[in-house]
Amino acid sequence: MTLAVDKSQGNMTLKIKRAFCYFVLILITFICLFPFYILLINSTRSHPDIQKGFSILPGGSVLFNLKNVFSNEELPILNGILNSILISSLNALLSTYFSAMTAFGIHAYSFRLRKAAYLFILLVMMVPTQVSALGFIRLITSFNLMNSFIPLIVPSIAAPIVFFFMKQYMESALPLEIVESSRIDGANEFRTFNQIVLPIMKPAIAVQAIFSFVASWNNYFLPSLILESAKKKTLPILIAQLRSADYLKFDMGQVYILIAIAIFPVMIAYLIMSKFIVRGVALGSVKG
Amino acid sequence: MVPASALGNTGRKLKSVSYSKWGYIFIAPFFLIYTLFSLVPLISTFYNSFFENYRVGLEQIGPKFVGFNNYLELIKQGDIIKYFSNTMIIWLLGFIPQILVSLLLAVWFTDLTLRLKTSFFKSIIYMPNLIMASAFSMLFFALFSDNGPINSILLNLGLEEPYRFLSNTGSTRGLIAFMNFLMWFGNTTILLMAGIMGIDTSIFESAQIDGAKGYQIFARITMPLLKPIFLYVLITSMIGGLQMFDVPQILTNGTGNPDRNSMTLIMFLNKHLYSKNVGMAGAVSVLLFIITAIMSAFVFRIVSGNQKGTGGIKQ
Repeated sequence: MTLAVDKSQGNMTLKIKRAFCYFVLILITFICLFPFYILLINSTRSHPDIQKGFSILPGGSVLFNLKNVFSNEELPILNGILNSILISSLNALLSTYFSAMTAFGIHAYSFRLRKAAYLFILLVMMVPTQVSALGFIRLITSFNLMNSFIPLIVPSIAAPIVFFFMKQYMESALPLEIVESSRIDGANEFRTFNQIVLPIMKPAIAVQAIFSFVASWNNYFLPSLILESAKKKTLPILIAQLRSADYLKFDMGQVYILIAIAIFPVMIAYLIMSKFIVRGVALGSVKG
Repeated sequence: MVPASALGNTGRKLKSVSYSKWGYIFIAPFFLIYTLFSLVPLISTFYNSFFENYRVGLEQIGPKFVGFNNYLELIKQGDIIKYFSNTMIIWLLGFIPQILVSLLLAVWFTDLTLRLKTSFFKSIIYMPNLIMASAFSMLFFALFSDNGPINSILLNLGLEEPYRFLSNTGSTRGLIAFMNFLMWFGNTTILLMAGIMGIDTSIFESAQIDGAKGYQIFARITMPLLKPIFLYVLITSMIGGLQMFDVPQILTNGTGNPDRNSMTLIMFLNKHLYSKNVGMAGAVSVLLFIITAIMSAFVFRIVSGNQKGTGGIKQ
């Protein structure tokens, strides 16, 4: 067989292969988006409409559903949204700032326990929060902090996975010469960290802030054990409440619109920043 | 303890003034908070697992030291074994398609001869990972309920009567696994891509010059070099699988029905935490801790192997 023939054959199989790849990719995209498409459609339809069965086209009841769900006294949605935003933002802020600080401490200074500290954090990185939940709840109870946001916010100061990402990023992006020259300029160590190091870490902080925010926004296990009063509940708890309510009596328009409220803002924010986030995932390898 | 001189090269650079106290100051908040909110609770969980301590109605039983009785009771009841195997079966049902699809997509996305436009697809497949699991699960519950849209479609396609997805073990587990698959295959794809792109391209080139076929390159070069990251994905996913909670909890309203066949370990733990059965909750937690600790040891080796530059996760 001559080389030329081989090549044109190669082009042909390449074209078929590409077409096949795109076919599979489009199929996967369809499977990924279909549930959200139905969500979008059904959150715009009224309860009787939804009961009639599946529809491809949206209805006109989106405002009606929104009004109903926001005035539903059993589901304090507005509180839920505000609580979720408050807790998630503070989580994002604290976990990124203090993780960067911890990573800087281990990256830039040499001290006796440095290696031990680093090893310790690597070791505890995979320990799930659920295994210490019992002790956590007992501790929180003894501090009289049940039904408070504090136990859902303050512990984010110690976020081993965020730390790991920051440490990795520092190794590639923060030469110690910068720290030294800042010292020569007379800045103290805290100023060096806040004014020199943090700006350099901006890309890593942004990625991890997004992940921390989303993780906290989605968190259900611990908040559901700690938050008791209706006004303090976060969105995931309200959704779980929806599930345990007598489902058949429920207005499906409200069910769908509430799910939409929990899902679509994150989805839209993601789509705007997706390139940036996807790059962040690859960089941080460990983050899930 | 490791002598200070062996702790890397920053020490040598900063001869004149000792900044070591700043190291401690910067890491202090982390260790303080971690000790208070994670380490102390962990120890207290272990401690409580040796006590009988629960409530029957208004009556409080214990706390009374009972040694390993809670553990023996757990194993004697046999439920924990059932829930462990439920968890692993559901995890596997999701993980097998997840790793296969991710591997396929990662190879396609990194194959430069294919010249696929990937950024759109990468964005889409990663998206479900950021969705609130409880809302996603509630959505699936609504979609797959007896009179939900999926059954409405199936009826239109000629099915006689609605398929009761949540009354059958297979379909309930399948739905949970499918949701886990949707939520995680994008993440796995991106990790595997990072792994493949970390492989020196000259290896692929020389293999092609030597006349290796696509599948040969995949089996003989890509896979072996991908082994560390593959292992990493496998074990972290297994640890994640053990923590499976939101999706089955919401989908089955915490019952794990039908026949508690989709009750996972954390759902079981959650039940004991709610009913304030402290001793049993402690014993379940400790068993979970031991299992994850063993798995984490593997992850730790992969991650710390990377620090010495002996492979592992490519950045």
